[in-house]
Amino acid sequence: MSDQAEKLTPTEYIQHHLGHLAHDLTPTVGKDGFMAVHVDTMVMSFVLGLIMCLGFWVATRKATAGVPGKWQAFVEIVLEFIDKQAKDAYHGTSKLVTPVAITLFCWIILMNAMDFIPVDFIAKTAGFVGQHVFGVDPHHVHWRPVPTADVNATLAMSITVFFLMIFFALRAKGIGGFVHELFTAPFGKWMFPANLLLNAVELLSKPVSLAMRLFGNMYGGEIVFLLIWVLGGAGVGGALASAVFGLGWGLFHILIIILQAFIFMMLSVVYLSLMEEHH
Amino acid sequence: MNINLTLFAQALMFAGFIWVVATKIWPPLLNAIEERQKKIADGLAAADKAKQELADADARVADEIKKARVDAAQITDRAHQQAVQIVDKAKQDAIAEAARQKAAAEAEIANLSSKAKEVLRSQVASLAVKGAEKILGREIDANRHRDLLDQVASEI
Repeated sequence: MSDQAEKLTPTEYIQHHLGHLAHDLTPTVGKDGFMAVHVDTMVMSFVLGLIMCLGFWVATRKATAGVPGKWQAFVEIVLEFIDKQAKDAYHGTSKLVTPVAITLFCWIILMNAMDFIPVDFIAKTAGFVGQHVFGVDPHHVHWRPVPTADVNATLAMSITVFFLMIFFALRAKGIGGFVHELFTAPFGKWMFPANLLLNAVELLSKPVSLAMRLFGNMYGGEIVFLLIWVLGGAGVGGALASAVFGLGWGLFHILIIILQAFIFMMLSVVYLSLMEEHH
Repeated sequence: MNINLTLFAQALMFAGFIWVVATKIWPPLLNAIEERQKKIADGLAAADKAKQELADADARVADEIKKARVDAAQITDRAHQQAVQIVDKAKQDAIAEAARQKAAAEAEIANLSSKAKEVLRSQVASLAVKGAEKILGREIDANRHRDLLDQVASEI
């Protein structure tokens, strides 16, 4: 990093690490437009989701009711824990809640855990690959390893959960019942404008708060890491200090990534459960 | 935080992963878990049953032991009674034998003593005659004094 530190100010260093590898689908608008895709977010989340599915698949492929292997036992413990949490919060009949909770919890944990890979390892590797494989300036190659620090990823999950919420509500109450509740709860039918406004805010705030909570935590965590690595550019003492601080923040971050994944999962299950309740 | 197409791609990906977990991963694992739960429940029930059976067997064994003890006590009682009877009978036999032997001995003693008396009696008669001869200095006719001699002999 030393050569970079000579060229980059701390601001530039942080901005470089907060940039996405975007691929524009419409050559006219540019990478900041809507018709672009964050390749890093897509690749990382897909690979991690694949790792999750493969890990589970290895456990279920030889799943036995007899004495389980170590990996099967571990996967069972994790999934049973999630299943228990989901069952505690959701009392309906849908068989989809537990798989949603499993996917959310495990996937988010894996994506959050990418924070533990030191950012410059990834940035240097990505720069090297960009320079020698694709022939571009390594300083213009960005690679954000934490998909949950990209608001697109968290919003995508929370919006999917939002559609599931609508689906659950329609399944439990029917279109008529759902619309009726939108207009009449909680103040009765003569206050329907207030009811509709209140319900709309309540409904729409749920996916936004879900997504923003996870995004904010991971983005903030990443920036703290980046600040610590900036300190690492300040000579031997700075490197040592950044190692100590990095270790401390990393240990604390273990708590955060699990807690945020758990909160996202639990709130999703609770929201799904709430949508089935009649008011 | 610019929002772009990544959002839809991610949402589709998320839905895909949910589908994979919901169809390929969770059901077989849940099956295994539930099967194991059933197995464990069966095992526990079997253990309870075995425990119950063991308790029953223990009770039966205790009954048998009690019965055997009562039997043994009865047998010892009977043996005891029999022993007492045998001892009693032996005692009575011994008493009877002793009485018989005593009677035999007494009869023999009486017999002997009467024989001795006879001998003495006859000897006393001749002694008395001899004594009287000595006293009188002459022979006493034994035949003439038979009555007197017999009287003396019988008084002995």
